[in-house]
Amino acid sequence: MIETRSNNILTQAVVADPPPLLSIKDLRVWFELRRWAFSRAGYVRAVDGVTFDLGYGEAIGVVGESGCGKSSLMKTILGLNIPTSGSVTFEGQEVARLDRKGLRWYRSNIGYVQQDPFGALAPFMNVQRILEEKLIVGGIQSPAERLERIRKVMGEVKLHPADDYLEKFPHMLSGGQQQRVVIARAMLLEPKLIVADEPVSMLDASVRVEILKLLRGLQESHNLSVIYITHDLSTVRYFSRRIFVMYAGQIVEKALVDDLLNNACHPYTQALLTGTSEPDAANARTFKEIPPGEPPSLVNPPAGCRFHPRCARAIAGLCDKEQPPETSPAEDHLVSCWLVQK
Amino acid sequence: MNTIKKNFAELLRYPSAAFGMVIVVILLGISVYTMFAIPYDEAVRLWRGGESVWYQNPRQAPPAWFNVFSAKKLPVSFAMSSASNQSARTVTTDAQGSSEIVDTYTFDFQYDEFPQELALYFTAKFGAKQPFTAITWLTPDGRTINVTTMSLRADQAYRFAQDEKFKRLMKGKEPVEALFSDPNAAEPTPLKGTYQLVITTSTFEKDSTVDTELVLHGQLYGWAGTDHLRRDLGIALLWGTPIALAFGLLAALGTTLTSMIISAFGVWFGGWVDEAIQRVTELNLVLPFLPILIMIGTFYSRSIWLMLGATILLNIFGGAIKTYRAVFMQVKESPYIEAARSYGASDARIIFQYLTPRIIPMLVPQLVTLIPTYVFIEASLAVLGLGDPILPTWGKVINDAQANGAPYQGLYYWVLEPAVLLMITGLAFALLGFALDRVFNPRLRGV
Repeated sequence: MIETRSNNILTQAVVADPPPLLSIKDLRVWFELRRWAFSRAGYVRAVDGVTFDLGYGEAIGVVGESGCGKSSLMKTILGLNIPTSGSVTFEGQEVARLDRKGLRWYRSNIGYVQQDPFGALAPFMNVQRILEEKLIVGGIQSPAERLERIRKVMGEVKLHPADDYLEKFPHMLSGGQQQRVVIARAMLLEPKLIVADEPVSMLDASVRVEILKLLRGLQESHNLSVIYITHDLSTVRYFSRRIFVMYAGQIVEKALVDDLLNNACHPYTQALLTGTSEPDAANARTFKEIPPGEPPSLVNPPAGCRFHPRCARAIAGLCDKEQPPETSPAEDHLVSCWLVQK
Repeated sequence: MNTIKKNFAELLRYPSAAFGMVIVVILLGISVYTMFAIPYDEAVRLWRGGESVWYQNPRQAPPAWFNVFSAKKLPVSFAMSSASNQSARTVTTDAQGSSEIVDTYTFDFQYDEFPQELALYFTAKFGAKQPFTAITWLTPDGRTINVTTMSLRADQAYRFAQDEKFKRLMKGKEPVEALFSDPNAAEPTPLKGTYQLVITTSTFEKDSTVDTELVLHGQLYGWAGTDHLRRDLGIALLWGTPIALAFGLLAALGTTLTSMIISAFGVWFGGWVDEAIQRVTELNLVLPFLPILIMIGTFYSRSIWLMLGATILLNIFGGAIKTYRAVFMQVKESPYIEAARSYGASDARIIFQYLTPRIIPMLVPQLVTLIPTYVFIEASLAVLGLGDPILPTWGKVINDAQANGAPYQGLYYWVLEPAVLLMITGLAFALLGFALDRVFNPRLRGV
């Protein structure tokens, strides 16, 4: 049963043969810490050895607590951070090697949905200008074509009639409408991949479902790949097939949603699941067992398994010495933990 | 466009803003009027002109409206000339071509003081034979005084006060006093009423003509008064307006916009660019500004444009850079800028389209309140004797007044007129700026 990692188990399961849309190999994003102006004080290892493939039309969820590196991972995929080592390959092209034109092609293929919809929209631009900016930067010269595309995409995100919204400024829109504009902007250049960074965490509960349904609908109708980043496990199942659990810059567990929810292997994943609130009156009286302490410093991460200082079942002499390899307890399920190994 | 209209409407809700705006509009109106009414070259010619330009004016005379506030009415200056048909002229010509020209000047004199001086100017055209003239003075009480007779040169001036012969004729009395005084009064007091001056000129050639001009140097002159060189202060006060506004506006715009752009570049590119800008700013902040300007003025040139340039340069790296930096640092981290980066907006696009617009609400009120600061700097330079050598400005009027001891002679108008204009300008822009601040930064509204 125990099997050390063979790289392509997951992708093979999802899409048979064609190359993945996005392939990330041993990605490391380290930020240099400087003391004074020149001398180096160390690195923040925000992303430290992440590998995964993403197929066409596939949606994955990345979960983990604040500061675990999921935003850094996302920004690296968006091209906002430069990888320290490793590679991001999109449709067979390595992003770091793209020229100007290639970078424009790459960027037009990725849509970015942000967490704070109000902050994501320039407050001094109206909706038309906000959407047009991306088209101008994307190299669409004709104003008529730009307007046509804007109208089309606004219909897709159900902001209609579009004319009612074009002249409005972000502060005149509700949170849900703002997030629709953000999604419209992400969809403008007909991307193949949407990166959504906690797209509903700042919205009212009533609006959340609508936005998630909208994203899901778009994903299905356009065969979009989606990377959905969240710290809230309860929203992941809406449209993700797989879930990656990140801890301290590394992915500790990758599994299909149902598999993960029912059969979490990593102690950290189990803790996350325990911590998820369900609207149940009994919760008010029960005490949940959550791991003590805080996520480790990314400057000097613990040796061995990075979770071992907080892990109740850590094996002395092993977990604090050696990094656990990735093993597969079930099909489409990879976990890095010594407990699964033994 | 709509936002501008809305902000404007909101601005008018503050009475102080409306008041400030009215003054600013008036100042702008004066500027435009001045530039059309007294073209630049004309203004420079007048301001640098000497006695030949300003002979009609008395020296150091307060403005005419002083009479409104004083019980004793002081004589107001005036000039009348035959060329502009202000005299009653009769010409009789005989067969030989000789003619007799009689110019009669009639004027009302209702003042309690004597004028400074009375003068006649003749412009005669003749070939070989000089015209001959006789001057007669008719008082309101019916006396006739034969003042003098003389032959005329092409340009002849006759100043009553300097005519010793006439003074002897009047038994040693000052000529102007003698002409205007009441013979029955114990103390010399002017006689009120209608005076007439008759100038009878005989010419002896066919085409010979004579034009005459009567100038009365009273104690008061015009709406602004005159200075020690008989110059009409009105010109300096009028021309000072566009110069002060232009200097203030250009300096404020120049420093604010440049500071903003430099600050935005520093914040956006960060690293050594930001570091360099910050250190240069700190260095510049400890440099004394006025002494450097004085040095430039003393050793190099006092041209107002050079001073403007130096003012802008020395103020670009000022405290404002730090203020803008603080705002930009915050805006730089905004998600919408991250979004712009993710879709590949260029650095220049982000700086000019995404970063700088956020600071406009802060910048506009600051810019407006900065204008008077620079207006005062320009005036201070002029007061220190570093004003532009050619242009008439408010500061230079104060400088002249100070150099000629205006306050010690009681000539307060000379100092107060430009000073009040400076204060009004400062007040207007300050009121407008504070109100703009409240409109653009709603958090201050309750304050």
